Amino acid sequence: MVAAIEPPMVVADRVSKSFGSNEVLKSISLEVKRGEVMCLVGPSGSGKSTFLRCINHLEVVSAGRLSVDGELIGYREANNKLYEMHPKEAARQRRDIGMVFQRFNLFPHMTALQNVMEAPIRVKGLSKAGVEANARTLLARVGLAERADYYPAHLSGGQQQRVAIARALAMEPKLMLFDEPTSALDPELVGEVLDVMQGLARDGMTMIVVTHEMGFAREVADSLVFMDGGVVVESGVPTEVLANPQHHRTQAFLSKVL
Amino acid sequence: MTDTAATGGKTEPGIKAIRLHHPWRNTFAVVLLLIVALFVADAAMRPAYDWPAVGKFLFDQRISQAAFITLQLTVYSMIIAIILGVTLAIMRLSPNPVVNSIAWVYLWVFRGTPVYVQLVFWGLIGTIYQSIDIGLPFTEPWVSFPTRVALSAFILAIVGLALNEAAYMAEIVRAGLLSVDSGQEEAATALGMSWFQTMVRVIVPQSMRVIIPPAGNEVISMLKTTSLVTAIPFTLELYTRSRDIAAVTFDTVPMLIVASIWYLFFTSILMVGQYFLEKRFARGIGDRRPDKKANDATAAMTGVTPVIRSGQPTVVLPPTDPNQGER
Repeated sequence: MVAAIEPPMVVADRVSKSFGSNEVLKSISLEVKRGEVMCLVGPSGSGKSTFLRCINHLEVVSAGRLSVDGELIGYREANNKLYEMHPKEAARQRRDIGMVFQRFNLFPHMTALQNVMEAPIRVKGLSKAGVEANARTLLARVGLAERADYYPAHLSGGQQQRVAIARALAMEPKLMLFDEPTSALDPELVGEVLDVMQGLARDGMTMIVVTHEMGFAREVADSLVFMDGGVVVESGVPTEVLANPQHHRTQAFLSKVL
Repeated sequence: MTDTAATGGKTEPGIKAIRLHHPWRNTFAVVLLLIVALFVADAAMRPAYDWPAVGKFLFDQRISQAAFITLQLTVYSMIIAIILGVTLAIMRLSPNPVVNSIAWVYLWVFRGTPVYVQLVFWGLIGTIYQSIDIGLPFTEPWVSFPTRVALSAFILAIVGLALNEAAYMAEIVRAGLLSVDSGQEEAATALGMSWFQTMVRVIVPQSMRVIIPPAGNEVISMLKTTSLVTAIPFTLELYTRSRDIAAVTFDTVPMLIVASIWYLFFTSILMVGQYFLEKRFARGIGDRRPDKKANDATAAMTGVTPVIRSGQPTVVLPPTDPNQGER
């Protein structure tokens, strides 16, 4: 944990999101400190994935302010007015925010190594040699050094997800978002992905994790946020929230998943 | 729960069964062969086919030159059509409404009128626009030259074929682009790639697998559509040339056979090319057409003797030993 004098990494101030008349997020306010690991839990349809997607502007918020590292996401503010951001600026903001998807979304026509190398070369314009060395280091870090030249189709789900994590890390993000990273995996493969994430947390990465893995939340997360119906119902230290949930909706949810 | 009595590691000998026979398949094949043989024997004798004339004209220099021009027309117009088609397809999917509308109008016009009519129009362009002027509107042009000199019938034929074909290619490419999982675009976007980079690096390469089979179709179709450029009029390609020769020698049927043989020869070559292109773009996905490497036999089961009793739920579990691969 880093000293509290530094500004938080993520600040959500009364963030709302609607799809048509369907309000998915209702005035979400929360803060994620630097180096903090936050787990977002809740029933499906509670808005936790949408909130995550808002953070890197894959979805546009309808109301409220959302900022990462002190920078407003998706808009530019000047003279008390908000200006829509040019896609190029939005892309620049996303560089610093890594995202890992439930369905991995690796590029199937590229090998594991090429997947990891793609963005640093194309987006940052770095030289191929340096990027390759770094990519191999990252693949070794997620335990896949020998699988560098495999295509995603020839990797197991757990291995694919670890490549996806390495791919996100290759952009040297200051924040990592995980959208149910283990939900599409066979139970026996969940552990290897959680291990990698735990290693990241240990190295001080700021992480927001949407998950159903309460064990991971309890052991790794610094804070746990329970969402339901588009609002934050309860939040706090994971061990406390999990052991002694205050709100009846939290109690009902936890009684089903624990 | 489960009752999988694995009896040691002993493997039973492989099954040796008497093969299932298909008597009707064989009968049908024999009948077909007989019919074909009859037709061939008859065709060989029939004077209208005039095989000696076919042999004489097949490698006639006028014909082989015309065949080469047909091939040129096909290749050049297809190259332009593919480039323009990809551009139009990307334009149609672009978030920019102006760009999007331009592509829509293009498709509306070029797909909505017959290619023959379009070719006649291109042929008349020298009459409609007698000179090509470069300069500011309503002032004296800086450069001016007659359209007929600048655009030969050959160039007009290529332009006419290419612009029409581009409209069809655009739809094929668009279908391919739409076939790529939306998660791919999201992943690329989340990495900070621009829309254009996402298209070129991620979406287009994956869509090639879907695009190539119908695009191959279009190339073959184009080879044959070149026979329509007589509408321009451009008369040096294979079909018109062989008709012209037949008009003088009265060898109508043999000349048709000669032209057909050349068309078949080219389409066969194109089909081989398509096969290799498909293999190239199946990288990373191709389990449907496996490499030889991936073909080695793996025993999915060895000596398993499960006992599943009726009226009892049975669950198949993965190995309980969590010795996870190479980690």
